[in-house]
Amino acid sequence: ITIMAAAARFFVRGAHPKLSFSGVCASAQRSLGAGLLKLSPSCASRTKTHKRHAAHFTFQPDPVPTQYGPTQKMNLFQSVTSALDNTLASDPTAVIFGEDVAFGGVFRCTVGLRDKYGKDRVFNTPLCEQGIVGFGIGVAVAGATAIAEIQFADYIYPAFDQIVNEAAKYRYRSGNMFDCGNLTIRAPWGCVGHGSLYHSQSPEAFFAHCPGLKIVIPRGPVQAKGLLLSCISDKNPCIFFEPKILYRAAVEQVPVDAYTIPLSQAEVLQEGSDVTLVAWGTQIHVMKEVANMAQEKLGVSCEVIDLQTILPWDIDTVCKSVAKTGRLLISHEAPVTGGFAAEISSTVQEECFLNLEAPISRVCGYDTPFPHIFEPFYIPDKWKCLEAIKKMINY
Amino acid sequence: MYRGFPLDLFMAQCYANADDLGKGRQMPVHYGSKDLNFVTISSPLATQIPQAAGAAYAVKRENINRAVICYFGEGAASEGDAHAGFNFSATLECPLIFFCRNNGYAISTPTNEQYRGDGIAARGPGYGMLSIRVDGNDVFAVYNATKEARRRAVAENQPFLIEAMTYRIGHHSTSDDSSAYRSVDEVNYWDKQDHPISRLRHYMTARGWWSEDDERSWRKQSRKTVMEAFEKAERRLKPNPELLFTDVYKEMTPQLDKQRESLWRHVQQYKEHYPLDLYEK
Ligand SMILES: Cc1ncc(C[n+]2csc(CCOP(=O)(O)OP(=O)(O)O)c2C)c(N)n1
Ligand SMILES: [Mg+2]
Repeated sequence: ITIMAAAARFFVRGAHPKLSFSGVCASAQRSLGAGLLKLSPSCASRTKTHKRHAAHFTFQPDPVPTQYGPTQKMNLFQSVTSALDNTLASDPTAVIFGEDVAFGGVFRCTVGLRDKYGKDRVFNTPLCEQGIVGFGIGVAVAGATAIAEIQFADYIYPAFDQIVNEAAKYRYRSGNMFDCGNLTIRAPWGCVGHGSLYHSQSPEAFFAHCPGLKIVIPRGPVQAKGLLLSCISDKNPCIFFEPKILYRAAVEQVPVDAYTIPLSQAEVLQEGSDVTLVAWGTQIHVMKEVANMAQEKLGVSCEVIDLQTILPWDIDTVCKSVAKTGRLLISHEAPVTGGFAAEISSTVQEECFLNLEAPISRVCGYDTPFPHIFEPFYIPDKWKCLEAIKKMINY
Repeated sequence: MYRGFPLDLFMAQCYANADDLGKGRQMPVHYGSKDLNFVTISSPLATQIPQAAGAAYAVKRENINRAVICYFGEGAASEGDAHAGFNFSATLECPLIFFCRNNGYAISTPTNEQYRGDGIAARGPGYGMLSIRVDGNDVFAVYNATKEARRRAVAENQPFLIEAMTYRIGHHSTSDDSSAYRSVDEVNYWDKQDHPISRLRHYMTARGWWSEDDERSWRKQSRKTVMEAFEKAERRLKPNPELLFTDVYKEMTPQLDKQRESLWRHVQQYKEHYPLDLYEK
């Protein structure tokens, strides 16, 4: 009965074709207060109704940072809010805008900010992504700080022209007279268990083909805040993709004050001697688990690297690691063909050819749209990654 | 449903089971039916608007006395695609009905933050397009406006914009609690005073076409039918995982074939980690 009631509720309310992400998850959300979108993999009725098996990763929190002052327990959406809060407090020119951001945003990243800083600083725009980015470029060119939210990375494409032809080229084409370096675009990104074609995409590779942009993807709350603050203060237009499956699932002790984590620096999360594993965002947590499995099951020692900045990326850290291990596995959810793993692979092959003990391996999404009910088969899960490591070791 | 799409197929799509015509690839409520000339819904808003103009243009050239109808919300009407579609259909003289459902909100965004002109209908003249605003909670007004729009769209080869004024009583979706951005009183007003279904019911009751008893038994029967369809759809297996790879292109490409084989080999080897029993073989 509960299952049916929940399902019925879904049917009645989710009746609009262009339903937002949330229409999928058929549980009563009253308990979540203002939460518009339920993302945690533990969506109860869904689990029951669809016998959905557990999330494909286990979030592994970072150690509590000590160098940036007092910390507070925050999940990823709260750490984003905290970064935005710090910015609005310290930079009187900063404005935050996008679809539904005024009441807190569908992922709750801007909760409380309009009340705290005013309607002129945190506001809704009409429903138009090209407008949001074009407006943001204008704000930035005029010298103010623009933080634009695109509701889902999947809906960034109407703004493709503004990002690729305008934001990325503003400085270059004007001989450095004008720039929109004060622009940061935030967007929820990546798979979530039931998002299907248009609520799951990882479009970083499209933008990685575009000199002039910076692209950053954090693996958890501590990184999210530090990297987002770096993007906001960086003098180049940045796209900041937030792994939406982690918004609630990832909880860490996050510094309350503002701090920055440098862009274009990869982080070696775990040292190892046999295989280098490179990933970013949610996939880092898959990789960490794979590294443990490889150690336990195969006696293979893995070095895990979080790339963090996709463009311009940290070639040195990755190549140094591969020179040591002789093997490289890169993994992302986006389709394998033309994905950013291809770029990494090609560069490493050029730089480290004589160090390689096995062909570089890519475990990525297949060359299909992101499929709804086939997601468990589509994603580059730990078993596929482990198998790739086996093959490299036995090469 | 009025076109004859069966309840079971709605449910199959919502549950992404093996009977879903869309092969389980999209989120719930993204229906489509070739037989009923209903193009499968896509999540990105407003993309259908210029596409409708193209379809209507092709239909016009076939000279078969048909028109296209294109539905969207007042929020979607802010997208660049909406402008393109309106302008194209007017200049290229397409037999097309634009049906905008103005329900006051786009998720949390009220219409006064969406536009400052006189709604969507008022944009029609700017594009050189016939347009009409109707009370969207009045079934007969909507019916008559659509009928006339269709007649003129086909007879005169031109687009016709209908803006149906209504109110979104429900939350945007199951995970939305709209009390975060609007008052319960506001919602109650529309629910009690101006609900399109109650209005029709009152009208029919006043004419002696419908009664409390009819209403009760109809509700009971409908609930039962829906619940049965739910259960049936839920029990059904999911589509065969091989369907992950088909229809990317019309033909299977060698690269996709390779990927399909590698998934297949992998899943055979790691059977216990994949929910194969939930899917058709
Ligand atoms: C291009 C794009 N941007 C954002 C979204 C997310 N989204 C889904 S529904 C919705 C609001 C739609 O409002 P409206 O057009 O008024 O339709 P309604 O839901 O009110 O019927 C938004 C912003 C989307 N699906 N596509
Ligand atoms: Mg609306």
